[in-house]
Amino acid sequence: MDIMTLEDISPDAVIIWQWGFVKVNATLAFTWGLMALLTIGSWLVTRRLSPEPGFSRWQNLLEIVVEFMRQQIREVSQQDPDRYLPFIGTLFVFILVSNILTVAPLYVPPTASLSTTAAFAICVFVAVPLYGIMNQGVRGYLKRYVEPTVFMLPFHVMGEFSRTLALAVRLFGNIMSGNKIAAILLAVIPLIFPVFMHLLGLLTGVIQAYIFAILALVYIASGTRAHGGKEPETRR
Amino acid sequence: MDNMTWVAIVSIFTAGITIGIGAIGPALGEGRAVAQALSSIAQQPDETNTITRNLYIGLAMIESTAIYCLVISMIILFANPFWNYVTQQ
Repeated sequence: MDIMTLEDISPDAVIIWQWGFVKVNATLAFTWGLMALLTIGSWLVTRRLSPEPGFSRWQNLLEIVVEFMRQQIREVSQQDPDRYLPFIGTLFVFILVSNILTVAPLYVPPTASLSTTAAFAICVFVAVPLYGIMNQGVRGYLKRYVEPTVFMLPFHVMGEFSRTLALAVRLFGNIMSGNKIAAILLAVIPLIFPVFMHLLGLLTGVIQAYIFAILALVYIASGTRAHGGKEPETRR
Repeated sequence: MDNMTWVAIVSIFTAGITIGIGAIGPALGEGRAVAQALSSIAQQPDETNTITRNLYIGLAMIESTAIYCLVISMIILFANPFWNYVTQQ
């Protein structure tokens, strides 16, 4: 929070290291830090997995997280969760950890920058046709766009773009506003009240991570579901 | 009053109006959605999980209109292109 001035609305403006025209801003640096943290953390946990009772508490945490995600994916998409778990799970865990770490001093979440959230939204934008084509072929997927009549084609295409924009701006706006309001309050009333806004920001961050993952899943699932075809069996 | 003052007045006033109006509509919509979801949960407690999840998705959709207004007013306040233009002159 201290490394950003009040006027900056995104951590992109904070240049940490510069060499010629190569700049490393705070968004990049914190994204790399998070990636390293997640990679090394999950490597450390999964190094010694054991099926017997009495395993480490970190394995327990990881199992809870993975099982929660699998169950949510199964319920929302009504399909086998293992196909979507890598993509959706990565999005969820990254955004969640990035938003929760706001409690650390000197940390600015990379999700408070429109570049990061736009990158996530573009990943979803690319993943929808990929999964759709994997599931029902190019013809079957493209048939979705002309579904009731051909005249719906421009509206379907517009919908794809506008929901990508909405995904990016929603996450960015939520996290950025939480940061900004906390910073402004710290400048105005630096006692106790900013703590409650911070707590509210934490809650918002967790909910936003959940919502981003669920919305991405809903878009992907609606792209893979065949129209009027077979309903995949439901397993609870 | 010179141009700079006018830009400042209009920017700050517009930021206030934007976030004010932008908060009213989504607030009414979210209130309706939550009330409806709560009465559905009261009628069918078994479906609480599904209703809550769909409620969250719907709230996220409704909320994004408010977020757009927030982003616009933040841009007006902190990264105003007109203000930068006027101050550079």
